Amino acid sequence: MGRKTLIPIGPYHPLQEEPELFKLYCDGEIVKDIQWVTGYNHRSIEKLSESKTYEQVFFLVERICGICSTSHPFAFANAVEEIAGVEITDRAKYIRSVIAELERIHSHLLWVGLAGHFLGYNTVFMWAWKYREPVLDLFEMITGNRNSYAMFKVGGVRRDIEGSKISEIRKVLDVVKKKTDLLTGAVMDDPVIHARTKGVGVLSKQDVIDFGAVGPTARASGLAIDVRMDDPYAAYPLVNWKVITATAGDVFAKAEVRLLEMYESISIIEQCLKGIEKEKEGEITVKVNEIPPGIGHGRAEAPRGEVFHFVMSDGSNCPARHKIRAPSYVNIATFKKSCIGQTIADATITLAGVDPCYCCTERMAVACDSGTGEVILNGRELIERSVLRTGELKSTLKERT
Amino acid sequence: MGFKSYCFKKSLWVFHFGGASCNNCDIEILDCLTPRHDLERFGILLVGSIRHADVLLVNGSINLHDRERLLEIYRQAPKPLLVVAIGACGCTGGLFTESITFAGPVDKIIPVDAYIPGCPPKPEAIIAGIVKLVNKN
Repeated sequence: MGRKTLIPIGPYHPLQEEPELFKLYCDGEIVKDIQWVTGYNHRSIEKLSESKTYEQVFFLVERICGICSTSHPFAFANAVEEIAGVEITDRAKYIRSVIAELERIHSHLLWVGLAGHFLGYNTVFMWAWKYREPVLDLFEMITGNRNSYAMFKVGGVRRDIEGSKISEIRKVLDVVKKKTDLLTGAVMDDPVIHARTKGVGVLSKQDVIDFGAVGPTARASGLAIDVRMDDPYAAYPLVNWKVITATAGDVFAKAEVRLLEMYESISIIEQCLKGIEKEKEGEITVKVNEIPPGIGHGRAEAPRGEVFHFVMSDGSNCPARHKIRAPSYVNIATFKKSCIGQTIADATITLAGVDPCYCCTERMAVACDSGTGEVILNGRELIERSVLRTGELKSTLKERT
Repeated sequence: MGFKSYCFKKSLWVFHFGGASCNNCDIEILDCLTPRHDLERFGILLVGSIRHADVLLVNGSINLHDRERLLEIYRQAPKPLLVVAIGACGCTGGLFTESITFAGPVDKIIPVDAYIPGCPPKPEAIIAGIVKLVNKN
């Protein structure tokens, strides 16, 4: 084994929007090993969630990640509704699915753009982001905000989609479909993109199973795993659609899966809109008076894979324990397989290929001194910090009153 | 014309520091550069290194881990430098003020010239904020 050069990417790198650090150990141009370090984005959301009421937690989990800002409330709503034993109305189910699928379209367009940017192909970046704007305008019309929608609540949704909005959504979907055709054609037939992405970052079906990868990363390697199909929720059992898979497992296959999934999303939205029209004047919420003690599991298919929320209730108005697992957490582990043996230039697009989202992935880390192995900040110290912080907050509150 | 306004008369180059953010503000900042809003036509450009930048954009709540890095980046920046705090978290800490890893809003750590509130602020709001900042100097 020759000498290895350490090439750091991050934590504040122009290529990445979010703070995280990748350490590439290279021999010449070839990546021999990879490590990733997070902690730059930790906000202790699970702990904060225990101090908020169920209504407030929706606003908190929405801000775990700005791109999947429907998936987290969706999974949380599923978990809490499991505890409360609530069945929401069909109209609310359709509205939830419309919002989730619109989000999938904007997220996939965003990824296609960023992947182009990572390849140094900024035309694709500019195009994809330009065609993403009409979808964001739709969100603004339906929910009042471009990114964090605040649509979900326990027992239903906050806002209705009325008749006039439905025709507007259809109009925009037609535009998006045409532009997706254009973009798909441009990406699928482009010799530069073929040369840069085919055979790069290959994951076999067995690798995907071993690493427990989810979402488009798994589907691009031929594993048809999708929560919407495997554990149906909301309106997905009520509409016709299929799980898109590819077999190659490289970055090109991942792009293919995402582009084709956008067509499925458009088809799901069209069917849901028909459903909303059929359920004329239906209620959009079910009244939930209390959350009984119990545990609930909520799953939702985010654009990047399965989002899992575990909620434990003790009968009070706040969750007693809230555990979140986001898809990028398992997908990022596949870098150990897909990046090694690549050149540095290919490693960056492989890193982007799984559409990693570090604000979802962020976990509490225990700091160790690499020389002595001494733990610098352990669990007890964190609890002490928490107590100190509560004391500070209490004293500021006293000052105000 | 003072020295500071002379420095910011032409193209502003921007370095983006994403603290412990949820990605929303990051995306809206990138959105400003894409065809609908296209800030690049005014010479506003995202750069890779703080040593090339005139403006430091900070978004997201700053946690204990980020705090020292933000100070270090501010120290490395060529002065005069404009610092812009974007989003509710950047301006005040927002929802994460009570978090155990929260190290204070941006203006407790480095001096801030402009605040652009919103969760996330729309690209139009970001552009309006930058225009006001440039006119002030």
